[in-house]
Amino acid sequence: MNYEISLLTTMAIAVMFALSLNLITGFCGQISLGHAAFQGVGAYTAAMLGHAGWSFLATLPIAMLFAGALGVIVGLASLRVRADFLAITTMGVGFLFVGIVRQQEFFGGELGLSSMPDHGFGRFGFMLLALFMCVLTAALSIYIKRSWMGRVFNGIAEDEDTMRVLGIDVPRYKLAAFAIGTALAGLSGSFYAYHINFIGPDSFGFVESITVLSMVVFGGIGSVPGVIIAAALLAVLPAWFQVIGDYKLLVYGGLLFLMMRFSPGGMAGLAKRFIKPEAVAKKEQA
Amino acid sequence: MSATHSTAPRSSKPLLRVEGVSVRFGGLVALDDVSFDVHEGDMLGLIGPNGAGKTTMMRSIIGVVQPTSGTVLLDGESLNGMPIHKRVQRGLSLSQQLVKPLRGISIADNVAMAAASAKTGSPLSALLNVSDTKELEAAKAELTRVGIAAVSSQSPGIQPLGVLKRLELARALALKPRLLLLDEPLAGLNTQEARSLASTIAEINQQGLTVVLIEHNLGEVMRVCRRLVVLDNGKKIGDGEPQAVMRDQVVRAAYLGSGVSGQDDCNNQQRETQHA
Repeated sequence: MNYEISLLTTMAIAVMFALSLNLITGFCGQISLGHAAFQGVGAYTAAMLGHAGWSFLATLPIAMLFAGALGVIVGLASLRVRADFLAITTMGVGFLFVGIVRQQEFFGGELGLSSMPDHGFGRFGFMLLALFMCVLTAALSIYIKRSWMGRVFNGIAEDEDTMRVLGIDVPRYKLAAFAIGTALAGLSGSFYAYHINFIGPDSFGFVESITVLSMVVFGGIGSVPGVIIAAALLAVLPAWFQVIGDYKLLVYGGLLFLMMRFSPGGMAGLAKRFIKPEAVAKKEQA
Repeated sequence: MSATHSTAPRSSKPLLRVEGVSVRFGGLVALDDVSFDVHEGDMLGLIGPNGAGKTTMMRSIIGVVQPTSGTVLLDGESLNGMPIHKRVQRGLSLSQQLVKPLRGISIADNVAMAAASAKTGSPLSALLNVSDTKELEAAKAELTRVGIAAVSSQSPGIQPLGVLKRLELARALALKPRLLLLDEPLAGLNTQEARSLASTIAEINQQGLTVVLIEHNLGEVMRVCRRLVVLDNGKKIGDGEPQAVMRDQVVRAAYLGSGVSGQDDCNNQQRETQHA
């Protein structure tokens, strides 16, 4: 039973994390190759506040605030650069985070931070809390997609120059996407720190950024259900198959490449392709 | 030089004033000290040969291009350094030469996006608003105005150029502008399509909207415009009532080529657009 609880918690955290990137990359079209850094900021914030005696719940908003604040700073960089340059900029931020954390004794240095204080929910309660936050994140994603913010994000992702001519303050919307997305990554980070009970510089490295990007791409960029399923699935694969855990970068990198090459719409795009012809056939029969 | 007509008395303050605007791209002078006024209710044709700087002029009015020197004023207020979206919020609207609909959403949703400016002014208000009933109604009205309401639920990806040009116009109108900038709205349309769209634009102007129109189809320009500004090699070479401008020797030499009558050129233009 403990194993299942742990697996479900891992899934919930991964889904939260993937949905947070989906907001930035999927909805608003801003690529990020350093998203793990924001999860890291959340994780380190929660861990250090926890060690300082804060209760777990109290650390959550602070973790989100810090991650979101860094997100806005990186977002400001995104206003100046586009597409491929943004990918390199965000990748740089990811490396910068690892570099800084590794060198500072304050953050536990190479050894990282371990033995978090008890969160007081018990393993089952913690899982429920993670699942609850995961559902909230999903609900927020679906709401944003339906709101005018989602429509504007969608327009910016497709053609930001046209959106400017339509009177849209494109920079502010990009910053909003980065703020919300990175704050949610911070939220997933606090759960991560308490769930794994250890965080180090390598917990939030380039591999993790690629992993979460491949979850979003595999699920279908922008598709909330697609990303949820993909993240849940890809989060537990390393636990089920040792070989995937050993060759994480190879497997996820390969997956990313294959999806971009053969189905840029991800699993959601594939599903649509298979469902649509049937629906059309049914209509014709009717 | 400037022509007077009933709806734009000379004494009134101009809605848009272009004051000594120059635009240089590296060594290339795209616009050289161009000045003109657009009054409330005007229907101004901005014409000139290819490369004259017409599109650059429009882009520096909307803010895609920043003038190297000179000022663009809307209602007496300088727009220098103002980002595009602020200019649009102040009442400028551009219908671009290259149609760029958002392909993932329907034609009605494209226009609704422009009609939603009250809700999309800030990310927060956009986040708090979900309903699109009002915007879709406004979109329907604009699509009816330009005559493509029948295809409003379809995707723009499968539409012919004639429909897309009208979509672009509907989207610009849905912004509820005070000044509408149209960059070659008739390009690529056949004679009938061009004539009916030009009539639509003239109607829109008669309903009180000020229009600046870039157009190569001289026949339609002469038919609907009440004033012309002629650019050549980045310089203004003519400004005034259409017939008078077209009689001007400098304009004829630069724009039409000496020895070609205006009427012939109109016919050529129409034949060309038919082939296009």
